[in-house]
Amino acid sequence: MKLPPLDYIRPVTLAEAIAILAAHGGDAKAIAGGQSLMPLLAFRLAAPELLVDIGRLPGLRHIDISVEGVDLGALVTWRDIERDARLTYAHPLLAAAIAHVAHYQIRNRGTVGGSLAHADPAAEMPGIAITCDALITVVGPNGTRMVPANEFCLGGLSTVLEFDELVTNVRLPPWKQNRRWAFEEFARRRGDFALAGVAAFYDIDQNGTMRDPHVGVIGVGDRPMRLSVVENLLEGKSLDAGLILQAAALARDAVDPTDDIHAEAAYRRDMVGVLLERVLARAGNIVLMEAA
Amino acid sequence: MTRTVAVHLTVNGAAATISVEPRTTLTDALRNELRLTGTHLGCEHGVCGACTVIVDGAAVRSCLMLAVQAEGRDVRTVESLGDAAHLGPLQLAFRKHHALQCGFCTPGILTTAHALLSEEPDADEDRIRDVISGNLCRCTGYIPIVAAIMEARSAYLGVQAEAAQ
Repeated sequence: MKLPPLDYIRPVTLAEAIAILAAHGGDAKAIAGGQSLMPLLAFRLAAPELLVDIGRLPGLRHIDISVEGVDLGALVTWRDIERDARLTYAHPLLAAAIAHVAHYQIRNRGTVGGSLAHADPAAEMPGIAITCDALITVVGPNGTRMVPANEFCLGGLSTVLEFDELVTNVRLPPWKQNRRWAFEEFARRRGDFALAGVAAFYDIDQNGTMRDPHVGVIGVGDRPMRLSVVENLLEGKSLDAGLILQAAALARDAVDPTDDIHAEAAYRRDMVGVLLERVLARAGNIVLMEAA
Repeated sequence: MTRTVAVHLTVNGAAATISVEPRTTLTDALRNELRLTGTHLGCEHGVCGACTVIVDGAAVRSCLMLAVQAEGRDVRTVESLGDAAHLGPLQLAFRKHHALQCGFCTPGILTTAHALLSEEPDADEDRIRDVISGNLCRCTGYIPIVAAIMEARSAYLGVQAEAAQ
């Protein structure tokens, strides 16, 4: 459908953008790449009076890699991440997950900040942020606040962002050397939102046991989530095929997906188990026997 | 709410000024204001890829971009890739390989492939298939489309070699 009637403004500073959002008391909506918002407008699921285009604000398109970790500006596009060869070692999990985001044309315009603010439960960026304990910087009329990623999403398409606040950047903690990791998702067609996805990483101590395992899932609830029960199982153990199967069984029970037109709840639940098996097998370089 | 905004942009190499409502998508502006009807509007919510145009060198879905967001941008549509008398290399290859039937998705595939090969003229079949996954074709099937894009690569490699000299 055609978009609902709306007005448009393109402020040149962040402060101006926030002042405009604040002045419109919830009737204005920020847009940058528009790759999530434009479909919502086309379906008339959103009908703001005013679009505030933050797409050309300066200083929000950086990919900074330092001892502090990887800092992504809100206006960084998926294509920017794909093109940045440093990320394949500075944050291979991020690079691998973002490779699954949407299609070529959307990747040229979709942004990190937009994906976080939109908070689709199946989206990769919020999932990686939560899996990695990222810190999201939010700026509003009263200044800046840092929101831990696991507190950012409140539910489907719902976040802690107030109507007059904007995400400016997200910081992923430093990626340790020799970290084991993998990301897997399953979508019916290339570029579709995943029916389910699993990200995991852990470090290995001198005894060959797993330390500080992180396991996150997307697409199987109203928001991305960590599987702490699986993390607790893995902590301090050395990975083998039996432990992987045990972890997968726990993961199936830990998620609570609902039926929708794309997949039944039971299917998604099984998918989480299967994907976790694959992720851990790849991370640990372990060959799993296929069930007969 | 029905105010119009003047947008200044470059379309297929020529400066253009259009006057549009803020809610107008780039697709509708190209088709209705500039009468460039080669850009097709399929799903109108960013799934089918038929509306793909090239903005500042990057393939984008023009139904997911407001015309006002194209202020100052360089926009290329399928019309820039050749005309009936002078088909471009991708168009020649599509004709040779019968890479279209109804043709509805073709403008979006041509612009997508043009953006890809301009940047990555040595794209392999896997890369081409990955990129074209963003364009839905429901009648031809992708085999001749991929074959045509593969064949057109040599023309883009030539362009890159010339540019390097």
